[in-house]
Amino acid sequence: MSKADKKLVIFSDIDVEKALKNALQKTRPDIIGEVRDSGLKGRGGAGFPTAVKWNLAAAAQGERKFVICNADEGEPGTFKDRVLLTDYAEQLVAGMVLAAYAVGAKDGIIYLRAEYTYLKKDLEATIEKMRGKKMLGKKILGKEGFDFDVHIHMGSGAYICGEETALIESLEGHRGEPRNRPPFPVTVGYLGCPSSVNNVETFITALHIVEKGAKWFKTFGTEKSTGTKLFSISGDCEKPGVYELPMGITIKKLLETVGGEDAKAVQVGGASGTCVPRKDFERVIAYEDVATGGSIIVFGPHRDMLEVAINFMEFFCEESCGQCTPCRLGTETLLEGLDMLDEGRCSLKYLRELCALGETMQLSSKCGLGQSAPNAFLSIIENFKSEIFDTRCSCR
Amino acid sequence: MLASERDQLKAEINKMAKKYDHHRSGLIPVLQLVQNVSRHISPEAMQDIAEAFKIHPVEVQGVVSFYSFLSTEKKGKFVIRLCRTISCDMAGKEAVANQLENELGIEFGETTTDGMFTLEFTNCLGMCDQGPAMLVNDDIHTKVTPEKVADIIESYRSRFGAHVIQGEHA
Repeated sequence: MSKADKKLVIFSDIDVEKALKNALQKTRPDIIGEVRDSGLKGRGGAGFPTAVKWNLAAAAQGERKFVICNADEGEPGTFKDRVLLTDYAEQLVAGMVLAAYAVGAKDGIIYLRAEYTYLKKDLEATIEKMRGKKMLGKKILGKEGFDFDVHIHMGSGAYICGEETALIESLEGHRGEPRNRPPFPVTVGYLGCPSSVNNVETFITALHIVEKGAKWFKTFGTEKSTGTKLFSISGDCEKPGVYELPMGITIKKLLETVGGEDAKAVQVGGASGTCVPRKDFERVIAYEDVATGGSIIVFGPHRDMLEVAINFMEFFCEESCGQCTPCRLGTETLLEGLDMLDEGRCSLKYLRELCALGETMQLSSKCGLGQSAPNAFLSIIENFKSEIFDTRCSCR
Repeated sequence: MLASERDQLKAEINKMAKKYDHHRSGLIPVLQLVQNVSRHISPEAMQDIAEAFKIHPVEVQGVVSFYSFLSTEKKGKFVIRLCRTISCDMAGKEAVANQLENELGIEFGETTTDGMFTLEFTNCLGMCDQGPAMLVNDDIHTKVTPEKVADIIESYRSRFGAHVIQGEHA
C-alpha cells in the first residue's frame, strides 16, 4: 500500500537513539515547552493539546505515574497505527520514553487491541532490543535516576476501550465502561495514579518535534492545526493506504492524491465522524473545520448512502457499552428509524424526531462514543434526504 | 469437564494470577488464557478465577460478557472473524460471508459440529485498505475473495493435529 511519497514529519528520517539522547539532555519543562510551542494535538481524534496533558501529569502528585499508549485503534476506516506499530515501533517506544521523562513516569503500558495480536511478537522483540540498547530499563542512556520500562497489555475486543477512561478500566480488569470526568486520568488514572494516555501517532510525532524543533513542525499545517497527520484512506478510490499529509488540506486535494475524484461523499473521522457531500469538498481537514483521527472513507457515485448510515449505526449498537441511557437506547432507536427509512415507511415528522434525538444524544451521552454516534446519521440525513426518499417506497 | 481437567486449568489460573499478585489487573490476562486453552470460559472456570482474585463470580461474568473476544459458549478450534465494517462491506464482504457459510455448512454465530470452526462477524479489523479482511484466530487474511475461502479453510483443517478436538465437542 502506498505510503506517503514525500517524507514530511512522521515518515521523515530520524536516528532514534540520538534523538532520545538529545532529549534527555534537556530539562523536563523544556521538552513540554517544545511540544507546547509546536501546537501538537492528540492524534487519536479528540485533539486535546499534548503538552497540556503532559504538563498536568507532570504536575500531579503521585508516587507512581504511568505513560500509556493507546493502541486500541478501532475507529472504522482507521489503520495508520497498524502501520506505525509494524514499521515504526522503535520510534513509538522512544516517544513513550520521552513522555515518561517529561511527566516523571517509571512505567509504560501499550494497550494493544486484540485484533492486532499478530503484531505482539514483533513489538515485544522491539522492546527487548531497546532494553539491550539501554533505551529502556534502569538509567536510560546513562541518565542518572531515569528508569522506565514498557509492557504490552492485550485488549479483548471492545471499541469503547479506545476511550481513555474505559481503557484504564479495562487495564484494571473491569468492563470497559468510561468513567465520569473529572477527575481526568492525568490526576487519577491507572490504579489511581496520574497517567498520560496518548495515541501511537502522538508519541511518534512528539519525538520528531523534540528532536527537530517546534518551528520546523509548524512549517506544515495551519495556524490552529499545526503539522502533518497520517490519514488512513479506504473505500472507493484507486490508491487506498496510509498517507502523511499536512493539516489543512482540502478534501478535494486529498481525493486527487488518492484517485477518488469522482466521489459523491467522504466520511471524515470514521463512524463517529462527519459525512461530507461533494458540494462541500472545498472544506479543509483540520481541527477548526472537519476534524479526524485519520479515517477517510471515500464513497463513489454509485453508493447507497442509507446503507452506509445503517452500517455505521449497527456498529454503534454493537459497541455501545450500555452504561448510559442516551447512547444505549438512542443508537437502537436510530437504527430502527434507519430500517424504517429503508423499508420506505418513515414519516418526515418521525425523521425530524429522530434527528432531535440525535442532537439529544450528542448533548447528554456520557462519553465520546454516544456523543458522536449520531454524527454520521445526522450528516447523511441532512445531505442525502432526498436521495433516500427517492429510492425508497413502501408501496411496491 | 473432567475433574482432573478442572484442576489442571485451576492450576494455570492460579499461576497466572500470581504473576499479577492476585491483583485485579490480572483478571483479563487470566480470562484470555482460559479462553485460549479451553476455547470458552465455563461457569466452573469463572468460579476458580473469582477465587484466585477474591472477587464475586458475577464480577468475572460481567467482564466476560463485555468483551467480544471472551465467551461463555465453546468456540471452535479456529474462530473466523469476518470484518463487517463499512470499507470491507463495500469491498465485497457479503459475497465472502456467503461463501464461508457454504463451505462450512453453518451460519454466522454458529460452530461446525466437529468443533473445528466458528463463524463470526467482527467490527473494524484495521485492514480497510485491503478488504475484505478476516481473522482466523490471530492470523489476518486480506483481500479475501469467495474463491479463496475454501483454500483458507482447508489450510487450517490440514494443520498438524487440527483434527484432535478436546472436550465436549469430541
